[in-house]
Amino acid sequence: MSEDRAMSEPSEADVRAEVRAWLEANWDPNLGLIEWRGKLVDSGWGVPSWPKEWLGRGLPPAMQAVVAEEMRRIGAVGVAGAGVRNLAANTLMAHGNAFHREKFFRRMLTGEDNWCQLFSEPGSGSDLAGALTRAEFKDGRWVINGQKVWTTSAHHADWGLLLARTDMNAVKHQGLSYFVLDIRQPGVEVRPLKQMNGHASFNQVFFTDAEAPAEHLVGEVGQGWAVATTTLMHERRGADGVGGGPGRAVERRGRIYDEERAETEKVMEPYKWYPQRAGRVDLVLERAKATGAIRDPVVRQEIARLLTLSKAAEWTARRARAAQAQGRAPGPEGSLGKLVASHVARAAAHVHTRITGADAMLTGADGPMDGLIAEILVSVPAVSIAGGTDEIQRNIISERVLGMPKEPRTDDSRPFRDVPKNVAG
Amino acid sequence: MQFAFTAEQEEFRSVLRRYFEETSPPGVVRRLMETEAGWERAAWRDLNTQLGLTGVHIPEAYGGQGFGFVELGIVLEEMGRALLCAPYFSSSVLAATAILNAGTEAQKQALLPAIATGETIATLAFAEPNGRWDASGIEATATPAGGRYRLDGVKSFVLDGHTADLIVVVARAPGSQGEAGLSFFTVAADAPGLTRRALKVLDPTRKQARLEFQAVEADLLGEAGAGAGPLVKTLMQAAACLASEMVGGAERLRRSALDYANMRVQFGRPIASFQSMKHKQADMLVDVELAKSAAYAATSALDENDPEQAAIASLAKACAAEAYMQTAIHTIQIHGGIGFTWDNDTHLWFKRAKSSEVFLGDPAWHREQMLKAWGA
Repeated sequence: MSEDRAMSEPSEADVRAEVRAWLEANWDPNLGLIEWRGKLVDSGWGVPSWPKEWLGRGLPPAMQAVVAEEMRRIGAVGVAGAGVRNLAANTLMAHGNAFHREKFFRRMLTGEDNWCQLFSEPGSGSDLAGALTRAEFKDGRWVINGQKVWTTSAHHADWGLLLARTDMNAVKHQGLSYFVLDIRQPGVEVRPLKQMNGHASFNQVFFTDAEAPAEHLVGEVGQGWAVATTTLMHERRGADGVGGGPGRAVERRGRIYDEERAETEKVMEPYKWYPQRAGRVDLVLERAKATGAIRDPVVRQEIARLLTLSKAAEWTARRARAAQAQGRAPGPEGSLGKLVASHVARAAAHVHTRITGADAMLTGADGPMDGLIAEILVSVPAVSIAGGTDEIQRNIISERVLGMPKEPRTDDSRPFRDVPKNVAG
Repeated sequence: MQFAFTAEQEEFRSVLRRYFEETSPPGVVRRLMETEAGWERAAWRDLNTQLGLTGVHIPEAYGGQGFGFVELGIVLEEMGRALLCAPYFSSSVLAATAILNAGTEAQKQALLPAIATGETIATLAFAEPNGRWDASGIEATATPAGGRYRLDGVKSFVLDGHTADLIVVVARAPGSQGEAGLSFFTVAADAPGLTRRALKVLDPTRKQARLEFQAVEADLLGEAGAGAGPLVKTLMQAAACLASEMVGGAERLRRSALDYANMRVQFGRPIASFQSMKHKQADMLVDVELAKSAAYAATSALDENDPEQAAIASLAKACAAEAYMQTAIHTIQIHGGIGFTWDNDTHLWFKRAKSSEVFLGDPAWHREQMLKAWGA
């Protein structure tokens, strides 16, 4: 860091005083949500660590926490940050150009526009770079044909982050490009995808001569995989950076809070069953006592095994966090969480079945806990698939943590056209 | 609970690892396991003069180093990794901890300094041929006799029982039952009426003995009839300690299996390149890391006197025992035929894993103890 820069960096006290003064002059819980966020974004306090020319204040990331704290203190609502918006913002900040930032950032932050991610396809799940959706440049615009799947909230979305193939003759990873696609156009059809547990948290998205203007290409033609990798990295890292977070210190009454609650409810709607897919270990002892299964020595052993696994998983996650907090290089314990969560969920579903007995065959109002146990039993299979299957996790652990040889590839040394693919449909 | 080791603890661990790599390579383990004693006094003396290990968790007031169970756990993890042949678990862990829990102040002052320096090798004789690991399983009797006591009965599975200088014995008042009437005693190894016989053990790196007491004169340790509490506490602490030792051994096996898979070529490629091997190694890493987390949680809970320490110690014992055994089974499998030979070192750890799975109570028993401790 140069001396000038160090000199010019504002102190925490300065930042705190400045944002506090601005909030005192502008915060009003009776404003409309979009109206307030518009003011906030235009002031630069919405995303203070973003560059000054792009709606931010160019403050160091640490100052963001100071600003967030001041907002929480008075219960001020932050910018829209949930879901794919955050991924879109980070991706366009890294790979987008002035046009993209100018066009999309403000409405992204005010929450006027919703975003979705169009990566997975029926033919490419674990192997995202195998995307077959085509984008062809015709008459000055991109024409898109194909199908995406597992798209959360596509039915609410205005824009999609699209990974599509622009060159069948290039090697797999070099034939992809990345676009921002207008979802609300006739060539895009969104259909809900009903899951085995009855919920429809995701969508299938069909493209029939959908169009994107030339400027909606992000990065260069053929560099889509690098751009997508940025999106995926932020997805794995989880929501970071954007968004003020709910203020709990103040009583949240006023028009703006009602609108924010409605927004949150819409965003969270697809995730209602997520606690159940993790297995609900928290219910096991109480259920075992209620049903009397706690007196069965065999069931006791199975409960104890589950609790052992669950506790050890929790402590392993805490070891990883503690090492991170000490600034140490992440040890192997940091890479195991996803796979261990699958083990816990599966074991929990098994134990819930043992505890519940014949009633495990019933669901809805006839099922135990008004169908909640049934929902656990039919939701748990998602855990070992979503966000990287157990098999992919084991590959990652063995290759990246243990340094074992990578899987042999047959798809990286010939034109993608010649690589074996799933039969379309 | 402490979830990360301090820089000093990590440094301590690496010093120990280097020391045991030098002093306890498999060649030394193999030589010592063929002897009846199973260990030698010169190396035992070095353990203390060079590293101060024999009294690592014994308070300074009694001549020890005054560290906690977390540090003791580190020592045991590294000893388990090296499969050290020494009467450490018997003397420094079981006997010293029992004396700390049961003894009077004067008895601690009298007995512990020599154990802390390693001059006296002690052991704890509590289990009996009935194979029970709880206080109620004790049948040996102690009858008052002229200010001292007379012990009758048989103790079994006594670690280093045939070579220890001092035996800490748990026995009950004649006619008492359950946890009532239990007391701790100390007996000199050469006491008249005491017959010691080395048992033929499955794990030759850790010797056990059967001790027959026929009207053996013994000194009371602590309060008469109040032995159940200190015994339960000692066994809880020992379970956490054994879990620490087991995860060290499991980690060593896991690495040896990985090294072998990377080196071994079949069908023109290292077997490590087969996905079945990679996935097995990933699963082994999960098993061992989860068990480590449990063992670290257990020793940390002991140091903090956590209200859940008993449940966590049992959890750790069960978790580490299954991880160690599973890792040993996988390690032999990954080695293939060579893994089943006497010359390959894997069976040394496999046998320690099997013996440790059972010693102090098997996983199913500890799972039950865990649930009971949680009030379920």
